[in-house]
Amino acid sequence: MSGDGAIAAPARVEALPDVAESPRRRPLDWGSLIVHALLLACVAVIAFPLYYAFVISTQTVEEVVARPPILRPSGNMVQNYVEAWTRAHMARLLWNSAVVAVVSALGKIAISMLSAFAIVYFNFRGKPLAFWMIFVTLMLPVEVRIMSTYEVIGNLGWLNSYAGLTIPLMASATATFLFRQFYLTVPNELVEAAQLDGVGPMRFLWSFLLPLSWANVAALFVVLFIFGWNQYLWPLMITNTEAMRVVVIGLQDIIPRTGTHVPEWNVMMAAAMMALLPPVAVILFMQRWFVKGLIESEK
Amino acid sequence: MKRAVFKNRGLPYLLVLPQIAVTLVFFFWPAFESLRLSVFRTSPFGDKTLFVGLENFAKLLSSPDYYRSIVNTFVFAFGVTALGVGAGLFVAALATQRIRGLAVYRTALLWPYGIAPPIAGIIFLFIFHPSYGVLPYWLAFVTSYEFNWLLKGPLAMTLVIIATAWTHIGYNIAFFLAGLLAIPTSVLEAASVDGAGPIRRFRSIVFPLLSPITFYLLVVNLIFSFFGSFGVIHAVTQGGPGNATEIMVFKVYKDGFVGLNLGSSAAQSVLLMIVVIVLTALQFRFVERRVTYT
Repeated sequence: MSGDGAIAAPARVEALPDVAESPRRRPLDWGSLIVHALLLACVAVIAFPLYYAFVISTQTVEEVVARPPILRPSGNMVQNYVEAWTRAHMARLLWNSAVVAVVSALGKIAISMLSAFAIVYFNFRGKPLAFWMIFVTLMLPVEVRIMSTYEVIGNLGWLNSYAGLTIPLMASATATFLFRQFYLTVPNELVEAAQLDGVGPMRFLWSFLLPLSWANVAALFVVLFIFGWNQYLWPLMITNTEAMRVVVIGLQDIIPRTGTHVPEWNVMMAAAMMALLPPVAVILFMQRWFVKGLIESEK
Repeated sequence: MKRAVFKNRGLPYLLVLPQIAVTLVFFFWPAFESLRLSVFRTSPFGDKTLFVGLENFAKLLSSPDYYRSIVNTFVFAFGVTALGVGAGLFVAALATQRIRGLAVYRTALLWPYGIAPPIAGIIFLFIFHPSYGVLPYWLAFVTSYEFNWLLKGPLAMTLVIIATAWTHIGYNIAFFLAGLLAIPTSVLEAASVDGAGPIRRFRSIVFPLLSPITFYLLVVNLIFSFFGSFGVIHAVTQGGPGNATEIMVFKVYKDGFVGLNLGSSAAQSVLLMIVVIVLTALQFRFVERRVTYT
C-alpha cells in the first residue's frame, strides 16, 4: 500500500499517517483484483440508467419501442435534442434554473458569512437568540410550511419572480455553522494583530477571513449550486407561468404518459439529459470541492 | 477559549439582519401561520374561517388515508435509507482492502447525486415502463409477474424508492470512504499481520469505527427521504396508483393545493414539524458526540 489512499481523500488527507512503501507488494494480488471487479460491477450498475437514458435519446421512436430493446446508441441524436430544445423551451428553462442555482447559492454564502462573522467576532445582546433562530430553520423545511409560505409569497407579490424563487432559499443554518466553525479555527492572534494595526471589522472580514476561507466558499458553492438546481417543490408552488419555470419542473410537460401520447421517449430523454448535465458536470469537474463541501457542511 | 472581539454597537445587528429577516419572513411567519391554520377550518375560497380547536388533528388521526400515508412514508424512507446506507457500507467494505484508484471509484459512484430525484424518476419510469421498458422485458424471462406499476402499488413504490436511492447512493459512499480513509492504515496492517482476513478486518475494526458515520447517515437519509421526496412522487406517480405512493409531504401538498382543505393541510404540516424536530435532535446528538471524538 503506497500513498494512493491519500489522493483518494482530499478532505481528510491530514488524517492519514505516512506509510512507507509497503514491503508486501505482491506481483498479483487476487484480493485486490476481486475488489476491483466488484467495484467495477457497482459502477456499471450505477451507470446503467444514465447510459440507457442516453441511448434512448439517440434513437428514433421505432427503435425506442422495439422489442427486444436496443441498448446501443443510434443516429437520431441531433434531431431529438433539437426537438426537445424547442418543444420544452429548454433555453428558458435552463436559464431559470441557472439563475436560481447561482443566485441562491451566492446569496446563502453571503448572508451566512455575515451572520457567522457577527456571531463569532462580536458580543451583542440577543446573540443567543439569533443563533437559536438560525438553528431552528433546520427544523422547518419548506415541506412542513407549504401552504402558509405560499400565502406569504403571495402577499409580498413575489409569485412568478426571481426574488420569490431565490430569496426565501437563502437562509441556511448549515452554511452559517460551516463558516462559524471555520472562523473559530482562525487563531486569535490574527484578529489581535489586525486590531493593533487599526483594521476595522469589515476590512478584516474582506481582506483576512474571506481569502482564508476561499476553499470553504468554493466547496459550499458547489454543494449549494446542486441543491438550488434540483429544487422542486418550491418553484412548483410559486411559479405557474411558462416563462418562470425551472427545468426540473418543465420536463413534466413532455413525459409521454401512457396511452395519450406518441411514446416519444427519445425526445423526453434528450430533454432529461440536458437538464441533468449541468449539475452532474459540476460534480465531475469540481469533485474535490464537492466532496469537501458535502462532508464539511454536515459537521 | 476567549475570543478577541470587535467593539461595535450597531454593526453586529446589521450583519445578522439579512439572515434573520429571511428567517423571520419565510420560516417563522409561515410556521406560525401553519400552527394557527391547523386549529381553524377555512372555506375553500378562504373567505370564512371557523375556530375548530383540535378537530383537524382528530380527523386526521382517525382517517385511514392518513395512516396509509404514514405507512407509505415509512416504507419509502426505510427503503431509500436501507438501499443507500447498505450500498455505502458495501463499497466501504470493499475499499477496506486498500486498493489503488479509490478516488476514481468514488467519482464514478458519486455523480448521480447531481441528478434531481424527479429526473431520476423519469428515467426509471421508462426503465420500468410496462410496454417499452427494459426491466419488464428482461424480467419476463424469469417470472410471469406483470410489471405494470401503473396498476400495482408495491411496484410503483419500488420504482420511486430505487430512483431516489440511485441519486443518493453516492452521498453515502462519499461519507463512508472519508471515514474509512481516516482509519490509520497501520491499524489495518497490524490486524492483517496478526492474521485477520479482509472480512474479519472489516467486521472487527472498520465497521465499529464507522458506526458513528453509519448512525449519522441513517438519520440524514431518513430526513432526506421524509422531506426531499416530494419531487419524485409528484413527477412520477402523483401518489398513485390509488394512493399507494402517497407519502406525507405529498398529501400535505395535495390536500392543501389541490383539495384546498387548508385546515387539514396545516395540521399535517404541524405533525410533520414534530417528526423533523425529533429527527434533527437525533442528528445533532450525533454531531455533539462526534465532536468529542476528534
